[in-house]
Amino acid sequence: MSAGRRVGLFVTCLVDMMRPRIGFAALKLLERAGFEVQVPSAQTCCGQPGWNSGERASARALAEKMISEFEACDFVVAPSGSCVGMIKTHYAELFPGEGAWLARAEALAAKTWELTDFLVNVARFEHPPGTYCGTVTYHDSCSGLREVGIKEQPRRLLALMPGVTLKEMSRCEECCGFGGTFSIKFGEISAAIAEAKCANIAASGADAVVLGDLGCMLNIEGRLRRRGDDRTRVLHVAEVLAGEGD
Amino acid sequence: MRVQSMHFKARAHGALADVRLQSVFKRFGSGFADKRTAAREAYGVEAFEELRTASAAIRDRALAALDVWLLRFEEEATRRGTRVLWARDTGEIRRHVLEICARHGLKKAIKSKSMVSEEAGLNEALEASGVTPVETDLGEYIIQLAKEPPSHIIAPAIHKDKEEVADLFAEHHRRPRLDDIRAMTDEARQMLRGHFLSADLGISGGNFLVAETGSVALVTNEGNGRMVTTLPKVHVAITGIEKVIPTLEDLSTLNRVLPRSATGQDIENYFSIVTGPRRAGDLDGPEHMYVIVVDAGRTRFLGGDMQEMLRCIRCGACMNHCPVFQAVGGHAYGWVYPGPMGSVLTPVYNGIENALDLPQAATLCGACHVACPVKIPLPDLLRKLREKQMDAGLRPWQERAGFRLWAFAATRPRLYALATAIAVRALKLMGGAAGRISKLPLGAGWTLGRDMPAPQGRTFRELYARRARRGG
Repeated sequence: MSAGRRVGLFVTCLVDMMRPRIGFAALKLLERAGFEVQVPSAQTCCGQPGWNSGERASARALAEKMISEFEACDFVVAPSGSCVGMIKTHYAELFPGEGAWLARAEALAAKTWELTDFLVNVARFEHPPGTYCGTVTYHDSCSGLREVGIKEQPRRLLALMPGVTLKEMSRCEECCGFGGTFSIKFGEISAAIAEAKCANIAASGADAVVLGDLGCMLNIEGRLRRRGDDRTRVLHVAEVLAGEGD
Repeated sequence: MRVQSMHFKARAHGALADVRLQSVFKRFGSGFADKRTAAREAYGVEAFEELRTASAAIRDRALAALDVWLLRFEEEATRRGTRVLWARDTGEIRRHVLEICARHGLKKAIKSKSMVSEEAGLNEALEASGVTPVETDLGEYIIQLAKEPPSHIIAPAIHKDKEEVADLFAEHHRRPRLDDIRAMTDEARQMLRGHFLSADLGISGGNFLVAETGSVALVTNEGNGRMVTTLPKVHVAITGIEKVIPTLEDLSTLNRVLPRSATGQDIENYFSIVTGPRRAGDLDGPEHMYVIVVDAGRTRFLGGDMQEMLRCIRCGACMNHCPVFQAVGGHAYGWVYPGPMGSVLTPVYNGIENALDLPQAATLCGACHVACPVKIPLPDLLRKLREKQMDAGLRPWQERAGFRLWAFAATRPRLYALATAIAVRALKLMGGAAGRISKLPLGAGWTLGRDMPAPQGRTFRELYARRARRGG
């Protein structure tokens, strides 16, 4: 394998704990795309929870760890818009005015990619192995959409799959109400926002809602099941593309 | 206005349980946001983005030398016969207005919408001094009858449905109850006409202060602003220090972005530039004009890490795009300014300890930032306020301990591996055959309104290591 093809896969803490199959799906896609994938075994969390809650010290400790673990890779790829958003747009804010750390944070930010963004724009990946058959609707996760610019990439990849029909829901760019610790601190409001999202998903008539972030995934699936919908599947885009969600 | 923001959670709960209120929200839905989207597309998406950039730059330029532009405004306004008064806090606003009333013997005030006067609780102060205030913006008129605060900065009565308004009108107008919106509007107009003609004081806000001409720019949709600023003997405009902009040219740029962002209108129905009292030979206008320029907490933003907030031109786009505001409405926020802008302004104006929930009550989805006509990074500002709360020890100790513990474990991979391996197994067991947890320990807030999907039962790192041992 030539230089410049080494990808560090950051599976993210939520995928690690809740949905390992999404990590394997991402791994499969990156390997199919012809990259040498490394999975640093000591990886944990990017620090986003502490950062969003104003606990800078814990965010910084985890950012340092993340930078040290992944900076040797040519690319860092994660199946999560919000973790990538954390690294790309916020890591630099953790090291204001610190020459060395700031430079390392910025260097990591520059080579970190959200999975679908990487597959479309770096790998020019055109043959997803998944064989999913059915209609799906796509939920645009907020951080991916607004911090990283993930919008067309997953849709372009899904369009490569002959069995997949995309039916857009109304207000697909509206927040699902997750918001990290917001979902626990303000559970009632969070669930009310999730309910609005689920109503739009149901109205789309799709068999599955596909998305790219674990927080939204757990939130939407949790609300769908609570409102009595056992039918609509909730899938990460990597699962659909790789065939782990068939 | 008394700050009720410390009761956000209870008020939000009340709003979510209020069937009538929820049906009002549902019916209006994303009306303003959709209209803004249409206006942006009609203007040209790229051109609109250029307009946002230019507008933010104009606001930053004004804020960078705020003292210079304010003094220039004072000089130019004074030269044209306006008296400029300065108010350090809301108490000074009330004092200035009451002194003006006493000086000119004023008894009835007609008001066009002014959020700064809401900050000051001006209506109550006027009433207590024997001056009758009458709100003339239709929404403000409705909530004045209902004795309620506004729930939205540009649509103050958006929380009321037609039936509630019909009841209020029948009760206060002492006429047969109407149920046709057109007829109700006509009736309100008839009621207001008498007030317009009999008032001796007009109180308005000010969307912008133009330094080079000493003018107050006013944006309204109902024309009431024109009546308020021209009919009575005395006109008092009240606005914040941050509203000053250098030139009329700047005003023309900002007035392209303001109505489009607020209501999706290309231009508001009435746009007035008020420059001084009636001059000799003028056909109308007040005999005396005052502008009260207000600090009341604004200077706390100046020169700090949250100065961008002062760019705000009060269009309401942030709340129109906020999923939390859309779910709970404006009253839950407990003060004059709701939604994302209110969650930044309220704690800074009234003390961070008096509005602890507000910066937390956001998903940080970023919709407000994207919609803001002057590109205020509202999610960043909310995050900074969260950090200030944390640093000041204003968060529950369990919260801080929780994050510290998380960081402690997550920076020790072996401990973390052990802890997560145990946790995912336990949660998997809790999920049972259906694979979902309906009551989550330490996460009761989550399972209030939704299940927690159970984990697969092994961590990715465990499975990956096992696969590697087996040779891929």
